[in-house]
Amino acid sequence: MDAPAEAAVLDLAFDARRGSFRLQLECRFASDWTVIFGPSGAGKSTLLRMLAGLELSESSRPQLARVSLDSRLLTDSALGIRLKPAHRKTTMVAQQPALFPHMTVAANVAFGLKSLDRASRSARVQEMLQLVNAQSLIDRRPRDLSGGEAQRVALARALAPRPRLLLLDEPFSALDGAASDALLIRLKDWACEHRVQTVMATHDATDALATAAEVALLHEGRLAALGPAAEVLGVERKRLLDRLN
Amino acid sequence: MDWQALALTLKLATITTAILLAAAIPLAAWLVLGRSRWLAALEAFAALPLVLPPTVLGFFLLVLLGPRTSFGRGITSLLGHPLAFSFSGLVVGSVIYSLPFAVQPLVAGFAAIDPSLIDAARLLGAGPARVATTLLVPLARRSLIAAAVLSFLHTMGEFGVVLMLGGDIPGATRTLSIVLYNQVENFDYAAANRTAAILLAASALALAAIYLGGRPRGGRRA
Repeated sequence: MDAPAEAAVLDLAFDARRGSFRLQLECRFASDWTVIFGPSGAGKSTLLRMLAGLELSESSRPQLARVSLDSRLLTDSALGIRLKPAHRKTTMVAQQPALFPHMTVAANVAFGLKSLDRASRSARVQEMLQLVNAQSLIDRRPRDLSGGEAQRVALARALAPRPRLLLLDEPFSALDGAASDALLIRLKDWACEHRVQTVMATHDATDALATAAEVALLHEGRLAALGPAAEVLGVERKRLLDRLN
Repeated sequence: MDWQALALTLKLATITTAILLAAAIPLAAWLVLGRSRWLAALEAFAALPLVLPPTVLGFFLLVLLGPRTSFGRGITSLLGHPLAFSFSGLVVGSVIYSLPFAVQPLVAGFAAIDPSLIDAARLLGAGPARVATTLLVPLARRSLIAAAVLSFLHTMGEFGVVLMLGGDIPGATRTLSIVLYNQVENFDYAAANRTAAILLAASALALAAIYLGGRPRGGRRA
């Protein structure tokens, strides 16, 4: 094994079509925090769904799909391997929080903690809600939450089982800039502490630059660049600075 | 008024509905969550009793459960009596005959649930059984009520299958529909009116239960 034991390595190779759109890339994410940056329609969400092992629509069935995390194969279309989403130790927060509407916030966050006993489960729920600054919402129902609150709870729910791989698809779109930045920093520290490799898709260059992450630049379904944020997003950074001046 | 027939009909409808819900919930969940290409064929097969003439279904079941087939002979030796012309036989026939009335509302209800909720549950470690019990059933409560009521009513009013498979044995297979048919045949229109009124009232009550009882308080939510 060429990777050191403590570093997470996510290898992926995809080739999938949907109409005239084609997602075709092969790369390795070796950083704890990778940002997939690209405009809407670049294939970011499709890529995250494939990493999660979720089905794509019939029309975009992949010709090639291979995902391995720490040399463990999660998907390999050639070998007929496709680990079910439940067995991948992967969770995801999408743009739509998708909270279970008939459950309280506490029950939503506890959903992925079935294997824990009641006391540990309750402690973990508290810990996660505290992390996303949503302790006061614990007894609320999703219909009584604002968009930003629902996104915080969805994040807490995805973090609670301490996954090996965390996928974030523009997860803070309903939060204002300051709240989003603060949460991002806390989340990054937490993910680093618990060795949760994170892949975040965004079309917002400030999100990508704020985390000083490895950035994969996606353009029309292909990987245009992969490297440190300052390098890959140099043009975007200059554009943002020019706008400020 | 034939109280014995009314009690038998209610008993048949209750048992059939209970069996149907127990079978249709996992079947509908499988049809919605599953990915196998055979599921379309299974769904079509489950809908077959909807288009099959009841007398044809009753005839097939009569032959299948009777002494002409090894299956029927096996059942007879197992139970000590043939299923045809017995209450248990009626239950078997009713379950098959009303299957689409339980499965179809459930499939429609389960399929209407936001797929992103199901994806979220699966990523959080839930298998199909947990997805069905914690998400599909609670979120498709109206469909569950519709399935139960439709199965119950459809069983209460069935005629062709009952007559073919069960005959007309008082206390065992004589249901209200058979009583109504007998009353009309005997030109006893007053009694037939009363029997028909009971079946009509049951239908009206059940529809009210579907359209009013299952509506979420505070109106529909997006």
